[in-house]
Amino acid sequence: MDSTGLIILLAKLLIVLAALLTGAAYLVLVERKLLGRFQLRPGPNRVGPAGIWQPLADGIKLLLKEDTVPAGADRILFLLAPAVVAMVPLLLFAVIPLGPDLHLANRTIPLVISDLNVGLLYILALSSLSVYGVVLGGWASNSTFSLLGGLRGAAQMISYELAMGLSLVPIVMLAGSFSLVDIVAAQEGFPFLLVQPVSFVIFLISALAEAKRLPFDLPEAENELMAGYHTEYSGMRFALYFVGEYINMIVLGGLLAVFFLGGWHGPLLPGPLMLGLKIIPVPLLLIWTRATLPRLRYDQLMQFGWKVLVPVALVNIVVTGGLILWLES
Amino acid sequence: MKVDKDKDEGGIINGLLGLAASYRVTLTQLFRKPLTESYPEYKRPLPARSRARIILTRDKAGGERCVACYLCSGVCPVSCISMQSAEREGGRRYAAWFRINFARCIYCGLCEEACPTLAIQLTPDFEHSCRHPLDFVAEKEDLLVDHGGKDGDYDFYHYAGVDCGEGKGTHEAELPPVDIKSNLP
Repeated sequence: MDSTGLIILLAKLLIVLAALLTGAAYLVLVERKLLGRFQLRPGPNRVGPAGIWQPLADGIKLLLKEDTVPAGADRILFLLAPAVVAMVPLLLFAVIPLGPDLHLANRTIPLVISDLNVGLLYILALSSLSVYGVVLGGWASNSTFSLLGGLRGAAQMISYELAMGLSLVPIVMLAGSFSLVDIVAAQEGFPFLLVQPVSFVIFLISALAEAKRLPFDLPEAENELMAGYHTEYSGMRFALYFVGEYINMIVLGGLLAVFFLGGWHGPLLPGPLMLGLKIIPVPLLLIWTRATLPRLRYDQLMQFGWKVLVPVALVNIVVTGGLILWLES
Repeated sequence: MKVDKDKDEGGIINGLLGLAASYRVTLTQLFRKPLTESYPEYKRPLPARSRARIILTRDKAGGERCVACYLCSGVCPVSCISMQSAEREGGRRYAAWFRINFARCIYCGLCEEACPTLAIQLTPDFEHSCRHPLDFVAEKEDLLVDHGGKDGDYDFYHYAGVDCGEGKGTHEAELPPVDIKSNLP
């Protein structure tokens, strides 16, 4: 690869990273504002007009806080675990196609950081990896609350990972490829949501559980476990868990857009903007859900995952496969 | 009535409708005006009997009401009131100095209830914060105000207290003095 290609790649990385981190910071503000309004409060409104500098103030505050490590903690694991949580959703975004290829000065620039031919497997693998941040953080803290949170996180993620993977199988069957670029290209005519509504619902629910958002926030469960796996964290390490969670919300929007809503395909607007427009409703829906639904009980969570989502996803695969064969013959 | 746990009344449809209804309820709240009062910009008028900063009031004539009887400092559960009594010409008492440590005060209002002269009173003024704990110690001149507080017309000496030249039997509802030499049996 010549040096221009490297510079272009770095520029793409920089733009995506900056957009994601800023997006995550402001998603926190949006969530606090919206939750406030859902509860008839104004939300943060002191830092700058309508509180728009609140993320900056929070960032400075968290950076200046003491970074404590509890006595008896497994020091190395404790310090590394938040990085896993923050890193995984950033890496996930690498395979999401942002738009059609750009043609600049007889050079074709694909608007995706990395077009992996096993992009979908990469996504499933990485999202299972993010459970390590939760489990290791919970284990290394040497605290009962953290350990319980970590345990719950592990059980929940393993259960819902399965339903999530199974819900994506029909997408692969329809697109005939594991590459996200190909999946988006296959939806040029119509988004897969129209033919796979069941998959869409299963993916949304299990991704909600993977993101540890209400009603699936049992690993955190502030009423029972204080803060679950990140009870003992402070300062920027604590913030990293939240950066990870909020980037995860954006990435989840991106994945939903890619798998079910046709990715960057759409009328009028250019690709990246169209994709952004499809991403935004998902975090808003998650915030709305947080304001609406109570937390599930642990046994309900497990029951729902194994006895409802997994069988429905399996049936969906069989029906989709049968229909594809029937239509082809 | 026996409820059959395994029987799913209404089933999935009812469950989904219930979910949708709760989403609708939260959405309607989103478009209502927040109830919050922004505190430094808007200060809610507090009831007259709110218990915050303590004052020492005066009677209608402008004299100090406090007679330094120590009832308030005696009843104070955190012992934040201290004083030294002194006597004026004529035998009426007053506080030579009077000190309240607001860093200790719990604003319970027991001093106000104990006071026989309505001198010590709690007011709704709650905005006093300081950098240094010693700044919370209020002396008599910080506490004295030039009004009668909640019951401005009340004057303890109209009803009780030592005679300071007005003559016996001049208090309100007080019987004229009895000549002890004339009512022998």
